[in-house]
Amino acid sequence: MINKIVQTMADALAGARDGMTVLLGGFGAVGQPSVLVEALIETGVRDLVVVANNAGGGKGGLAGLMEAGRVRKIICSFPRSANSTIFEELYRAGRIELEIVPQGTMAERIRAAGAGVGAFFTPTGVGTKMAEGKEVRDINGRTMILEHALRGDFALVEAWQADRWGNLTYRRSGRNFNPVMAMAADTTIVQSQHIVDLGGLDPEHIVTPGIFVDRVVHVPYGDPPF
Amino acid sequence: MSATTEAKPWDRLKMAERVARDIPEGWYVNLGIGMPTTVADYVPLDREVIFHSENGVLGIGPRPPEAERDPWLINAGKQHVTLRPGGSFVHHADSFAMIRGGHLDLCVLGAFEVAENGDIANWATSENDTAPAVGGAMDLAAGAKRLWVIMDHTTKDGRPKLVHRCGYPLTAVGAVKRVYTNLGVFDVTERGFTVIDMAPGVDAAMLKARTAAELHFQA
Repeated sequence: MINKIVQTMADALAGARDGMTVLLGGFGAVGQPSVLVEALIETGVRDLVVVANNAGGGKGGLAGLMEAGRVRKIICSFPRSANSTIFEELYRAGRIELEIVPQGTMAERIRAAGAGVGAFFTPTGVGTKMAEGKEVRDINGRTMILEHALRGDFALVEAWQADRWGNLTYRRSGRNFNPVMAMAADTTIVQSQHIVDLGGLDPEHIVTPGIFVDRVVHVPYGDPPF
Repeated sequence: MSATTEAKPWDRLKMAERVARDIPEGWYVNLGIGMPTTVADYVPLDREVIFHSENGVLGIGPRPPEAERDPWLINAGKQHVTLRPGGSFVHHADSFAMIRGGHLDLCVLGAFEVAENGDIANWATSENDTAPAVGGAMDLAAGAKRLWVIMDHTTKDGRPKLVHRCGYPLTAVGAVKRVYTNLGVFDVTERGFTVIDMAPGVDAAMLKARTAAELHFQA
């Protein structure tokens, strides 16, 4: 019997190691696997490369991981927000590397990794700083730049419902990067608000099929903070 | 009656209203963070315009009263929003497929500068020492069928924002089709900026004095 549901955070994050690349779902406070991130801090791993849209707000979650000095580099589209003070302090002090990626390019680089595509040409960023050092080609009359797939060792994902095969649904704008990241890591780990019996999810409504998921942990976290 | 009337620049709400007037029913539209977002307030619900947000929301409705906010439903500016009947959710790669794939009829962004060749600079300024944040602006500028900009005509200290060539780091080259400022509306054409509307009391001399690019006036 396949059962991807694990009972402890230690089991969920087994195999975490220094220097690995971690994909973190979420956009703003919605859809963030914040309990898995707290558990990642507990594992003590360091020198991490984190891929996330935002550079963490407030104190908990990703901000906490950065504050604990565990993140060597962050790859994101929008590090600035009203309360991203921990990131900004580290960045100004030169204690964290930053790679800025246009949001759609970031999503597509991750999707490409999940789909086995090594790189792709996109018009986004042509003629800007983002194009520096990248291969340029005219395709169907349009100038495009080459962007490479972006893969993770771990993907940490928040879902609304999960079953023991790892089939997932999401809640409203909590979907965001989660399904794309779930496809693009060696090990995809899910914190799910609800666990349902196998067969309890309408196959027409499953957003992430279990083939992309390795471990699920039940975290009835509740609503994201306002 | 004096020949020179007092100029009455549009305020931010009037600017948003002016943009909204030009959006026809049936368009799929992405509104950038800040002033562009307010444009939606001036599109009546019975004119069916479908608003998109980068974080995977298609069919955004009016802003909810505080008591009815849904913590799971935000827009790209992290503000709480509603979903209209017929709305849908997608993941980020599909959301940007809508953008990059040319499926959006219009994107409205703010900007630091717009050049007469349609270049836009809206994500970083050279004097800014904080971390740059591009978000989805480059994808939107490169991908939407039309890019309009809504911004003040000059900076707070009076420097023109409509320019010959951008000085700040570019967001996209040759992308802007139209600019709405507090003083007027400007199409970006092969010749450069063409004035298609002016705020009440604004005249050609005033526009020229506040613009660092050539202006063309319709006959």
